[in-house]
Amino acid sequence: MSASRRPLPGWVEVGLLPLANIAMAFFLVGLIVAIIGVDPFHALKLLVLGAVGSSESIGYTLYYATNFIFTGLAVAVAFHAGLFNIGGEGQAYIGGLGCGLAVLALDRYLPGPLMVPLAILASAAFGAAWAAIPAWMQAWRGSHIVITTIMFNFVASALMVYLMVNVLIAPGSMTPQSRGFAASASVPSMQAALQWIGIAVAPSALNLSLLLALLACAGIWIFLWHTPWGYGLRTMGQNPEAALYAGTNLKRTTMLAMCLSGALAGGVAVNELLGVHHRLVLDFAAGYGFTGIAVALMGRGHPLGIVLAALLFGALQQGGAELNFEIPTITREMVVVIQGLVILFSGALVHLPRPWLQALFARKG
Amino acid sequence: MEETLTLVVATLAATLRVATPLVLCAMGGLFSEKSGIIDVGLEGKMLMAAFFAAATASLTGSAWAGVGAAILAAEMFALLHGFACITHRGNQVVSGIAINILAMGLTVVLGTAWFGRGGQTPPLAGMERLNPIFFPVAGDNILVYVALLSVPFAWWVIERTRFGLRLRAVGEVPLAVDAAGISVSWLRYRAVLICGLFAGLAGAYLSIAQNAGFSRDMTAGQGFIALAAIIFGRWRPVPAFAACLAFGLLDAIAIRLQGVKLPGIGEVPVQLIQALPYLLTLFLLAGFIGRTVAPKAAGVPYEKEH
Repeated sequence: MSASRRPLPGWVEVGLLPLANIAMAFFLVGLIVAIIGVDPFHALKLLVLGAVGSSESIGYTLYYATNFIFTGLAVAVAFHAGLFNIGGEGQAYIGGLGCGLAVLALDRYLPGPLMVPLAILASAAFGAAWAAIPAWMQAWRGSHIVITTIMFNFVASALMVYLMVNVLIAPGSMTPQSRGFAASASVPSMQAALQWIGIAVAPSALNLSLLLALLACAGIWIFLWHTPWGYGLRTMGQNPEAALYAGTNLKRTTMLAMCLSGALAGGVAVNELLGVHHRLVLDFAAGYGFTGIAVALMGRGHPLGIVLAALLFGALQQGGAELNFEIPTITREMVVVIQGLVILFSGALVHLPRPWLQALFARKG
Repeated sequence: MEETLTLVVATLAATLRVATPLVLCAMGGLFSEKSGIIDVGLEGKMLMAAFFAAATASLTGSAWAGVGAAILAAEMFALLHGFACITHRGNQVVSGIAINILAMGLTVVLGTAWFGRGGQTPPLAGMERLNPIFFPVAGDNILVYVALLSVPFAWWVIERTRFGLRLRAVGEVPLAVDAAGISVSWLRYRAVLICGLFAGLAGAYLSIAQNAGFSRDMTAGQGFIALAAIIFGRWRPVPAFAACLAFGLLDAIAIRLQGVKLPGIGEVPVQLIQALPYLLTLFLLAGFIGRTVAPKAAGVPYEKEH
């Protein structure tokens, strides 16, 4: 087996191997759909139509993709540092707390151009702070970051339920949600923004947070591959001893990677709270953190790959909802199954198709 | 006086009821972790097992068929974990997470397609459930006793048998085991399969013993609490069992404390008590309650030299 990791030609490594992984995952999805008793190709057609069939559905696809870009980047940045951050879910949730607190405290006093950036910063700061604790535990106390971030997800969830039910609930409200944010504290919807420059699209949940997500992609790309800090971070992920020898401060880099990761996860709060809900609600981050793992693995940790993977998962999320509408026996959880299979085949079983590809290509190389 | 006694007995019975799946899961996880295979996927295996237990019990009318299906379902996922982590030397945490997410989706997808009740299975009654044996009030079904017996069993196998010795060795220095001419992969596969067996029983307990049917996400983090118990017990069966009981007691108390005002403290938020197992484990992991000692080779795929 040890001889089986011979290098493949570059385009096979970057292009064909990931595609082979995903193809295997989707083959199994088709099989499951068939087992349920639905024609997989008919289901696929409905799904694609539901995801990109109208300007409204494209809007929702891109809105979901925005969340996935944020959480995918969050997982990827930590992964490049050799850290597996499973806490994106909790970090996004606590990021939302920061966002909500900032807005609820100041939205009556600050105009939009000040309020929105401040709320975005608060989301990032709270998300980063929630990631900083497990990072500190890993760097200084040697506790395993996978276990601690899982635990912090549960703690975040309990904390938010407590705060929403007992503290932040709007007076007189029966459901645990805060009062509505002032209009100044909202990220404009894409429909409004496009109308402003004369393009008419159907209203959807899509808002300008998408631009923030793309900006984050560019920023992370520059940071990871074109700054000394990014270089140190990636070196640590590849070989901590080499990084240490090269003068990288491993503890500080661990903190940096995790805080950046948490701050990116906080972006979900921007998209959800400032862009869509316009109030603090329970469970707005549900599932996005875990999808981020699938997105990061599928996108091979590269911002461009993450955007592509996020688009695919956004389309699945939106198309899955439409598919469920047409064929009620296929629930929206089908998307969760796909996520699981993608994580399995692009992550844990990433080397499964390698021997076959080697048989095809390695001799020529 | 009698009232206090009743309260104590009721709380203890509730503790045991809540702790049973944790104990089963923790003992299973212990085997896997001792062999060097991290198992974050306990939660997913338990969820799959719970679903197939209830689905099979509902279709066949037999609780025992349900238990069998639960074990089979958990073992399928255990084999998948083994295939990814042992055979293909994949990332064990990624594989575990994949299993959790897969189980979360698959149970609802199959449940909706087969029963059309929004992911739930039809309610179970009579012979479709595992019923209490001696004390109907306490809910002491067979799996409670299996859980109690699993602790001395795990202790005996891990500490007192040749298999256990090799298991511990393969989790610390797999190279030594390999050099002694014993297959690392086969040892680890057996450990993962034992883990699947226990996770399967835990899942069956949830859906056909403790509850009367499967409901979506019914494991609700218990697989992770079992993981926490393993860490708390420092990878030893008896302390891990004690940790499970402590977490179970917390849960039993949480139900009693709902809305009760304690003298001097006021009302303790239920969410705080629910988060306490995680918080305590975090404190432990941060080294405030002594160092933790995980098997050295845990999480490291073994690459055989040729």
